[in-house]
Amino acid sequence: MNVVMAIIEVRNLKKNFGEFTAVDDISFVVEQGDIFAFLGPNGAGKTTTIKMLTTLLLPTSGEVLVNGNNPVKEQNKVRHSFGIVFQDQSLDDELTAWENMEFHGVLYGVPKATRRQRIEEMMKFVELWERKDELVKNFSGGMKRRLEIARGLVHHPKILFLDEPTLGLDPQTRNHIWDYIKKLNQEEGMTVFFTTHYMEEAARAAKRVAVIDHGKIIAAGSPDELKQQTNKESLEDAFLALTGRSIRDEEVGSVERLRNHRKAWRH
Amino acid sequence: MKVIYILWLRQIKRYLRSKPRMIGSLGQPLLFLLALGFGFGPIYQKAGEGNYLQFIGPGVIAMAIIFTAIFTGIEIIWDRQFGFLKETLVAPSSRFEIMIGRTLGGATVATLQGVVVLLMTLVVGFRPTNILLLPLGLVFMLLTALVFTALGTAIATQLQDMQAFPIIMNFLIMPIFFLSGALFPLESFPEAVVLATRINPLVYGVDGLRGSLVQGAHLGLVNDFFILGLITLALLALGSYLFSKIEV
Repeated sequence: MNVVMAIIEVRNLKKNFGEFTAVDDISFVVEQGDIFAFLGPNGAGKTTTIKMLTTLLLPTSGEVLVNGNNPVKEQNKVRHSFGIVFQDQSLDDELTAWENMEFHGVLYGVPKATRRQRIEEMMKFVELWERKDELVKNFSGGMKRRLEIARGLVHHPKILFLDEPTLGLDPQTRNHIWDYIKKLNQEEGMTVFFTTHYMEEAARAAKRVAVIDHGKIIAAGSPDELKQQTNKESLEDAFLALTGRSIRDEEVGSVERLRNHRKAWRH
Repeated sequence: MKVIYILWLRQIKRYLRSKPRMIGSLGQPLLFLLALGFGFGPIYQKAGEGNYLQFIGPGVIAMAIIFTAIFTGIEIIWDRQFGFLKETLVAPSSRFEIMIGRTLGGATVATLQGVVVLLMTLVVGFRPTNILLLPLGLVFMLLTALVFTALGTAIATQLQDMQAFPIIMNFLIMPIFFLSGALFPLESFPEAVVLATRINPLVYGVDGLRGSLVQGAHLGLVNDFFILGLITLALLALGSYLFSKIEV
């Protein structure tokens, strides 16, 4: 008998920023062991939702349970249960690759022996072990991405959040990483919650998909169900049929501006 | 404990790796020491107050400490801008531990910087009167560093970017520094002003440091010690509360 448990439950979740409603009364369930793709155009509310699930942002209203705990009230229990790879960089540039991993492992309370072994394992997996003692600021975008993915897995989380994890990665690396994530999903039952703009990637990896637009979930189901629903051949066409073809505004990259600014000040 | 240690270690490593910052932050105290020390020295002497270098020595050490401390505290803003803050925020560790680790790290860095400036003052001609009290001087340096790292961190939790930084510098840090007794005695001010300066934590830092290096603590070393200690604890508590409220 198959008893499927919900590991993420979201009910009537809402987030306002002043007048603007970023997430508008959404409800969904992610089952344990699922690979769940959360799709939507730029500015649809994906990242805001992830932030509310991962204790980084307080919801305006609604209820959330992550691994049975409430991210507002039981923050540390929730924090223990997930790993996350953020959309934008979250490494310390001034530390080496290994130090970034070690820092993470210690913060998550992974015992030393296990920690050291996993760090090596993960860094070898993303092929950065050879460069473990280099400062992260000398890494390329793709290498940083790989390191962040490796870091998110050091503490073997029950849930892995990936916010556009494969952005800027070549197809080889993308496949390599997805193979590993799928392996963890199968062998350890790790639930994966990810966002992506590559519909092909979503179609290939996800068991279930939800499409969010203008803060509302407009469709949910397996990739095949979505294709049937919209009568399209591919998930990309289904996505376009659901969300329309207009191009959305994206937030200005203040961080990028700042990065350049900082560079101007160095040497 | 491990969490505190790793956060402490991070601050130290970042400091040791940024040589320009290390050298750059020595420039200001050195300038004050030389320009004011030799510029005002004769006037101070004529006024019958004795050797100005002996007076300003502890002052410039305190200066190096508070500026470095505020800067390392305020580094949280950089962490926020460059994304690393999120990594700390989603971690299942207590906010108080994170705050303590950061503050200890920043304060260690500021104290090291203070020690370097102490060595510089020795080269220029500053002479501590009692070598045995040097360790006590170090204690006051560390306490001062703790207060201002915690203050910088607490302020930084409330800021989105560096835009407000000049305001903090000009309306908080500069007044704190100039009204601390670091560069000139406060006693010549009107009594009301002297009383008002008693809310300035740096007054106790400078007084304690001066008391241990060259004697002449006005407020009493024991008072200085406990007041600085209390302010540190209060700011740490406030800081970790504010830290736990950060949303990104």
